[in-house]
Amino acid sequence: MNQTVMPAPVRKSVRVDAPPERAFEVFTAGIGRWWPKSHHIGASDLDAPVIEPKAGGRWYERGVDGVECEIGKVLVWEPPARLVLVWQLTADWKYDRNLVTEVEVRFIPDGAGATRVELEHRNLERYGDRADVLRGQIDSAGGWSSLLQLFAEAAAH
Amino acid sequence: MTYDNALAALADPTRRRVFEKLSAGPKSVGALARGLPVSRPAVSQHLRVLKDAGLVADRPEGTRRVYYIDPHGLGALRKWLDQFWGAALDAYAEEVMQAERRRR
Repeated sequence: MNQTVMPAPVRKSVRVDAPPERAFEVFTAGIGRWWPKSHHIGASDLDAPVIEPKAGGRWYERGVDGVECEIGKVLVWEPPARLVLVWQLTADWKYDRNLVTEVEVRFIPDGAGATRVELEHRNLERYGDRADVLRGQIDSAGGWSSLLQLFAEAAAH
Repeated sequence: MTYDNALAALADPTRRRVFEKLSAGPKSVGALARGLPVSRPAVSQHLRVLKDAGLVADRPEGTRRVYYIDPHGLGALRKWLDQFWGAALDAYAEEVMQAERRRR
């Protein structure tokens, strides 16, 4: 048996009442206004994450102390339809230049003045060799029943 | 094991069925095969992959083996990212709403 089975990516979607142009703008230029503040890499409190508006741009966060910490890069910059970011954070929220996973975000017109935003975080197999770190970091209290639910949700999308 | 294996193992639909059936409780190969449109040897093969991936474990019970879900082997990685992006996109949608309101 020598079959290659790729792990399913994490997929999420949300519908917003704004046209793709403005949905894209809030996602990128406005990321500092919605990115969860509880998640940050630097030692000091998070000031704002920044996505540089171009392919090859940096994706980093700035702490209130002014220190910048990398999150990843901008791989594809196609406003207002598509954005691909490189996510290089490990499960313990550290930047690792050798870890390269992709987050693709699509902004799809959905009726008058609305947009469906679809996010896919893929290449999760590249986390493989970090499983031990991960296990220490993440509470698995939800157990397998919530995992099955995740699979059901992933399948439904 | 690695999460690579765990996630890959569950990407196969038949293996996911086997795994889901085990969520109801420990079962033998024969019991698993009865509810699935695949042969017993095929079920055994799927169980071996799931076991190698750290998703299921087995133990002897009388003259047969029973299989059960290994509570320590599951895809915490997916759970983490799924929860993170769920919360992030909720906050994002809220901010789009606020931004639209400010425009009016």
